[in-house]
Amino acid sequence: MKKTGAEILWECLVREGVEVVFGYPGGANMPIYDAMLSYPVHHVLVRHEQGGAHMADGYARASGKVGVSMGTSGPGATNLVTGIATAMMDSVPVVFITGQVAAHLIGGDAFQEVDVTGITLPITKHNYLVTRADEIAEVVREAFYIARSGRPGPVLIDICKNAQVEQTEFIYPEEVKLPGYQPVSHAPKDSLDEAVKLIEKAQRPIILCGHGVLMSKAEEALMQFAVKTQTPVASTLLGLGAFPASHELSLGMMGMHGEVHTNLAIQNSDLILAFGMRFDDRVTGTLKTYAPRAKKIHIEIDPSEVHKNVAVDVPLVGDLKTVLSDLIPLVDEYDHEEWKKEINAWKTEADSRSIMNWEDDGKLYVAHLIGDIWKATGGGAIVTTDVGQHQMWTAQYYQLDKPNRWLTSGGAGTMGFGLPAAIGAWFAAKDQEIWAIAGDGGFQMTAAELTTAVQEGANVKVAIMNNSFLGMVRQWQEFFFEKRYSAVNMLAPDFVKLADAHGVPARRVTKREEVDEAIEWARKTKGPVVLEFRVEMEDAVYPMVPAGAALDQMIQRPAKV
Amino acid sequence: MNYTFIALVENRPGVLNRVASLFRRRNFNIESLAVGRTEDPEVSRMTVVVDCPNGDMDAHKIEANLYKLVNVIDVQDVTRQPSVTRDLALIKVKVGPEKRAEVNGLADIFRARIVDVATDSVIVEITGTEDKIEGMIELLRPLGIVEMVRTGQVAMTRGVNDGVRRVPGVNGHRFEDVSELAEMTP
Ligand SMILES: Cc1ncc(C[n+]2csc(CCOP(=O)(O)OP(=O)(O)O)c2C)c(N)n1
Ligand SMILES: [Mg+2]
Repeated sequence: MKKTGAEILWECLVREGVEVVFGYPGGANMPIYDAMLSYPVHHVLVRHEQGGAHMADGYARASGKVGVSMGTSGPGATNLVTGIATAMMDSVPVVFITGQVAAHLIGGDAFQEVDVTGITLPITKHNYLVTRADEIAEVVREAFYIARSGRPGPVLIDICKNAQVEQTEFIYPEEVKLPGYQPVSHAPKDSLDEAVKLIEKAQRPIILCGHGVLMSKAEEALMQFAVKTQTPVASTLLGLGAFPASHELSLGMMGMHGEVHTNLAIQNSDLILAFGMRFDDRVTGTLKTYAPRAKKIHIEIDPSEVHKNVAVDVPLVGDLKTVLSDLIPLVDEYDHEEWKKEINAWKTEADSRSIMNWEDDGKLYVAHLIGDIWKATGGGAIVTTDVGQHQMWTAQYYQLDKPNRWLTSGGAGTMGFGLPAAIGAWFAAKDQEIWAIAGDGGFQMTAAELTTAVQEGANVKVAIMNNSFLGMVRQWQEFFFEKRYSAVNMLAPDFVKLADAHGVPARRVTKREEVDEAIEWARKTKGPVVLEFRVEMEDAVYPMVPAGAALDQMIQRPAKV
Repeated sequence: MNYTFIALVENRPGVLNRVASLFRRRNFNIESLAVGRTEDPEVSRMTVVVDCPNGDMDAHKIEANLYKLVNVIDVQDVTRQPSVTRDLALIKVKVGPEKRAEVNGLADIFRARIVDVATDSVIVEITGTEDKIEGMIELLRPLGIVEMVRTGQVAMTRGVNDGVRRVPGVNGHRFEDVSELAEMTP
């Protein structure tokens, strides 16, 4: 049967299991929006395309499915760019669909024409320019396959307006034909054997658990491997939740704001088992002195990540879950008692400085608030963040025992991610409690999406950690620029009134004794809620490895006087 | 050191741009790049010569990154493989009738050809390896080169030899080179 290109698009989206899309209409995608009315897909009208992109991203991270976000040509598409780059850096499967001017106008600077496939080439896993209706079915099928398979990532489809309205025979391609795209799953046996040899020799092994563990759904395999070999597990920012924080082998987060004992363990290890992580500069510190005595085994699906930052001894290129499942039967049981004791001694020493032991001094500290939210929610909420100090404190103190509840922009570090990601996550998990931990700066970047939350009835709780500063930049200025504060002092609107104007119930909290009650009130109140916490303005995130320093050169929290 | 790669890519619009953009954003230095059709209308073939200051480590990076492009089907490194490499140059030399014989003589030695003769210039066409062409250029330079164009290098391995494939498993390739990957640690 003949259908228009726009109808074919929706036919294909429905067949991919798409239930919700986050988008914004305009001239170049009007036929798509017109056809949408006949299909069982819920459309969330966002307030800014960037918000829509982060919602699709949050939806994808929370559900494990492919998110979908749409925009019109020109400014609609360029507004998506930050969201696309955010998804790319964190390997999140999102399909972006943009309208484009008619094919015969391309290259002529037509109204709202922008070279979107050109702009997004380096920030997508793949992209398409569709000029004819009969290309759409195949392209959409491929796009979803590419987005979710291998190392996942965003795929953009730019569809010319003529292709949306032209009619063509709708043939759904049963298979995708991509001769140049065949992700690997198993690693070769001889490499596995080499890995086993290194594991046998190791006295001080450590697992570095990355986002790949979650992407590959390898949490159980990781647990089996760690327990069988009694290897402690450190996590990257994005790997949090893949291994239960409360497990005795868990070392928590590594890197720039990682735990002292965790970074020390990495630096003193004799074998690093890197699982689905990419040795980002935020987790290694300077490479010159990184884990100098450690042999390295790297299990990674993307061969271009192997040897990229850190040369490894045994690369195992493949799907993490598959490779781990192949590896587990080959390794022996160990206990590594000495090593664990050593790490524990470092931990005890570091814990004594913990801010969590501080008594109430009349001020609000973000670390305490995160601990309070963690307690109130039983550690089970989906938590999103913006980027900055509050993000690091949330990573440190919202101790996750379960996967896919921790949505934060790691690789790109995109401020304004928190609220829209939380709204997206709500569509993936409507029965779960969802908290967006926002910075006063980051919140203002995408605050307009509060109305989207209201329009959709999204049950998200926003906690704004208002330190009246671009806190993380201020901290760097304090530490590394002699406290010369430059452009970090930020006037914020009255967040309670702002929320009120959006029809969102809100409260301001300034004292520790009000905290528990406010959190409970937010949890009980249906729909979106805003809590503004007036927190200590000049607190700093500790420990901190200064950029470019060795991983064990951490600035630690000064003892309280 | 310069490495030579042969990449088979899907013959689709924009693929050259994807490859060029990749080299730029990953900071690889292209010395030459030649693209053309193959015996299979759906496949184009690129010969890329790239400066690899870190040797095989860089070569691995290049191959692995090329495979990240969905349209790239196969990548081989033929740098150390017995292979035929050719570059073609057209060189316009400013010579009047009195010096044509000299150019002719040089062309003969290099098995080059004079493909155009004008009143005060000739065009020399030379095919061969980089070295040979460089040699010819050096000798023609004193006579006055006014214009030159080169195709960039193309390469083909001899006989049944294949190049090195450092990215095992990708696109269904076998794992034979995996031990080499492990040995690459500096
Ligand atoms: C879009 C964007 N612009 C700039 C930055 C640089 N940056 C990183 S953290 C930060 C401060 C964030 O301030 P706020 O949201 O108030 O959070 P806080 O650090 O105070 O908790 C800035 C400006 C960024 N990460 N993203
Ligand atoms: Mg702030």
